[in-house]
Amino acid sequence: MSWQPVIGLEIHAQLSTRSKLFSGASTAYGAEPNTQAALLDVALPGTLPVPNRAALDKAIAFGLAINATIARHSVFARKNYFYPDLPKGYQISQYEAPIVGNGTLGVRTDDGRTLEVAIERAHLEEDAGKSLHDAFHAATGLDFNRAGVPLLEIVSKPVLHSAQDAVAYMRAVHTLVRWLGVCDGNMQEGSFRCDANVSVRRAGTDKLGTRTEIKNVNSFRFVEKAIEYEIERQIRALENDEAIVQETRLYDAAAHRTLPMRGKEDADDYRYFPDPDLPPLAVSETDIDAVRAALPELPDARRRRYIESLGLPESDATQLCADKHIADYFEATLAALPGQAKLCANWVLGELAAALNVENLPIEASRVDAPALARLLERVREGAISGKTAKDVFAAMWAGEGDADADAIIAARGLKQISDSGALAAAVDVVIAEFPEQLADYRAGNDKLLQFFVGQAMKRLRGQGNPQQLNALIRERLSSR
Amino acid sequence: MASDIAQLAQALRARKISAIELARQALAAAQARSDLNAFVTLDENAALGAARRADAALAAGAALPLCGIPFVHKDIFCTNGIRTTCASRMLENFVPPYDAAVVEKLADAQAVSIGKANMDEFAMGSSNENSCFGAVRNPWDATRVPGGSSGGSAAAVAAGIVPFATGTDTGGSIRQPAAFCGITGLKPTYGRVSRWGMIAYASSLDCAGVLAHTAADCAQVFAAMAGHDARDATSVDRPCDDYVGALSTKLQGIKIGVARESFGAGVSAGVDAATREALAQYEKLGATLVDVSLPHAALAIPAYYVIAPAEASSNLARYDGVRYGHRCADPQSLEDLYTRSRGEGFGAEVKRRILVGTYALSAGYYDAYYLRAQRARRVIANDFAEAFKSVDLIAGPTAPTVAFKLGEKTSDPLAMYAADVNTVAVNLAGLPAISIPAGFSENLPVGLQLIAPAFAESALLAAAHQFQLATDWHTRESGA
Repeated sequence: MSWQPVIGLEIHAQLSTRSKLFSGASTAYGAEPNTQAALLDVALPGTLPVPNRAALDKAIAFGLAINATIARHSVFARKNYFYPDLPKGYQISQYEAPIVGNGTLGVRTDDGRTLEVAIERAHLEEDAGKSLHDAFHAATGLDFNRAGVPLLEIVSKPVLHSAQDAVAYMRAVHTLVRWLGVCDGNMQEGSFRCDANVSVRRAGTDKLGTRTEIKNVNSFRFVEKAIEYEIERQIRALENDEAIVQETRLYDAAAHRTLPMRGKEDADDYRYFPDPDLPPLAVSETDIDAVRAALPELPDARRRRYIESLGLPESDATQLCADKHIADYFEATLAALPGQAKLCANWVLGELAAALNVENLPIEASRVDAPALARLLERVREGAISGKTAKDVFAAMWAGEGDADADAIIAARGLKQISDSGALAAAVDVVIAEFPEQLADYRAGNDKLLQFFVGQAMKRLRGQGNPQQLNALIRERLSSR
Repeated sequence: MASDIAQLAQALRARKISAIELARQALAAAQARSDLNAFVTLDENAALGAARRADAALAAGAALPLCGIPFVHKDIFCTNGIRTTCASRMLENFVPPYDAAVVEKLADAQAVSIGKANMDEFAMGSSNENSCFGAVRNPWDATRVPGGSSGGSAAAVAAGIVPFATGTDTGGSIRQPAAFCGITGLKPTYGRVSRWGMIAYASSLDCAGVLAHTAADCAQVFAAMAGHDARDATSVDRPCDDYVGALSTKLQGIKIGVARESFGAGVSAGVDAATREALAQYEKLGATLVDVSLPHAALAIPAYYVIAPAEASSNLARYDGVRYGHRCADPQSLEDLYTRSRGEGFGAEVKRRILVGTYALSAGYYDAYYLRAQRARRVIANDFAEAFKSVDLIAGPTAPTVAFKLGEKTSDPLAMYAADVNTVAVNLAGLPAISIPAGFSENLPVGLQLIAPAFAESALLAAAHQFQLATDWHTRESGA
């Protein structure tokens, strides 16, 4: 009998606010240790938390984007435990009344299926500080810059049944939070982290098996590998009649395995209770409407529009909508070049994507902006340059030549296509007169010589002849007697 | 020292005395009465600096009502650059880098703080015997407690060292020491005074307030302390009344509720008699006494002693020896650092409440204790709301007895807790209340507690003031 894996993800998305969830300290990444810690962030006696409305609005935006319920009164609770990087001795989180409850997210898998993933809740909480275990001899350093940074913990229901689906869901959340501008999604800096709850059960049964939790895996690839490993490990254990222990495990990427986290698990009792320093967070209909009004068109809606209204192929639409910045770039290009959706898509997903990829740049940092690309593509559309020449011009623009202006480069390099029929005809006449033998051969039936004449004519035109026009003209002259 | 703030203010304006002279007198008086152990810290430099600025303001004609008036802060308010201990070994050497909102406000009001007053450790106690600096003595009888937790504040005012002191009240910590020391103590509505910089004991109950000889003085100080503060999310954004201006409101026609429950078992005959006499005085002044009922009054003590310790167990988790405060010598492990730092830093009563609170919040007990206590809290608040439908104020004894002997109850925490019966319900309901001197029993002061609906401090202060215009209990001086 086969086994069915059951997976639920807890994703921690750092909300991209300027200041922390309850203090005015900056959230900027990478500052000197403890330079971004307010009195509250080191838990000085007498300090009090004040909720950051910007974080609240971002949580609401996420909730609206997944069609979730937004709590009119959500409650901050204290999660009590001792740890040196937890300065207050408790983390302010949400427990019984989270700001976002019960939503769904449409997820497209690599093999073309669509999953409707149920999201149980998303709640606001503050991050802890950071322990620096290797920085000092025989001592642990503590950096409270991160303490109090706002997180949105997004908890899916256990409705995913493969490592691949779990990662597809995680990517969809990643796309969405960046699309909404609520999280920068930077996994290296820890802005987007994931814990995975994994269990397996006999296929066809409903009862959930004992689960394990894999903590803090910080890349899509490792999440997939860690879950895969854990599924196999659990199946192996169950088939050997070994019980699964409910525990937290860490993924060791180098050894490709999960290992139980030491100790700590025995008696976790966080003694949650409503934080008496923070009255229930009231959210009015007006607050929600304001956030809704500011929501961008969501990725799925935009994808559908690209297919249905712009006539783009599904794969182009999907790729463009994987990132709002890419889609926005595409639209800005298209705005300057109405009616040329396919041409714009080809270039954004082709030359531009390749150039960005080489330098590992995000599209926001592109060396060629959308209006500049549109000017280049306009020359292609009107036939002033060929597609092939355009690639060279683009490379020159990328390199910063001519202030990255297509027209300047075309002019400076003399790349403008000759479409003037008089000039083309003159060149053709010269070439035909120059090669009488080849002319005779062609007329005797050697069709291949057409390209010879085109080549010779193009040479005389220094490669700038409009190829379509030139072809037609030569064919006409060679055939006429 | 003359005790009336208005008199002192007049003397200062008439140049009969300077703020510097007043500050020096207060500092000298504090030293002369070191037997009371009312002060944890005296800061002459800071006091004289503030007094000098006050004199400059007086000279410039820019003096506010409290300009140059000396006072003492309970050592629970953070003072920038001046150690703030909460009377705990844990914070014995803690020097905050910032001022509490109340400290800022009184500095802005040009009042002159001479130092920090002794208290029960982390405001946990009703006798001021739980201080790492030793017990405070009652100025009326040095063998007796001054009440707590704001015992140092109350003793300093009662002994005439300063005309007023700040205090905090979580379950009676301003009102009960005011009653025991024969002075006036105001506990405002929860949310009326900012808690920013006030070291937390039980956040949903903690209130900053004032102790002084008279209601008029309390009104003057309270007016300077009250107001919205965006740094405290529980601070209420609503305009303040003219507390001083309202003092002249007469008592004719007001209804004072008298709750049978507040005269229950444990109230001594002397306290009972003095309280009834004070109530009779109110009738003479034109008030009508109405019997009211607070049927769930008996739930107040158990509810309070679950909720307050529960919050305290979490609030005091930050004292871990890691960033500031007491740190044990040579910790061998993280566990050892926590265990010994906290074991050495906290006193017995604080440990007892942390344990009780931790237990009450634990999985499997939360519903039975914390949630039930919260339900009881709502029921108690409803009792008051119900009673205030028919009366303007509710009156009764502040404490069931006069000041008890030092050491009398230290071995019996439950007896100590039970004496808070009339004060804790007010905190659970978040209401304002005042304790005023109302007579004597066994030659010791008796306090009358008046309770008002939320944000009705004006009515409360006016009722207390009108009583004090007709009586002289508040003018009696402690002889000890």
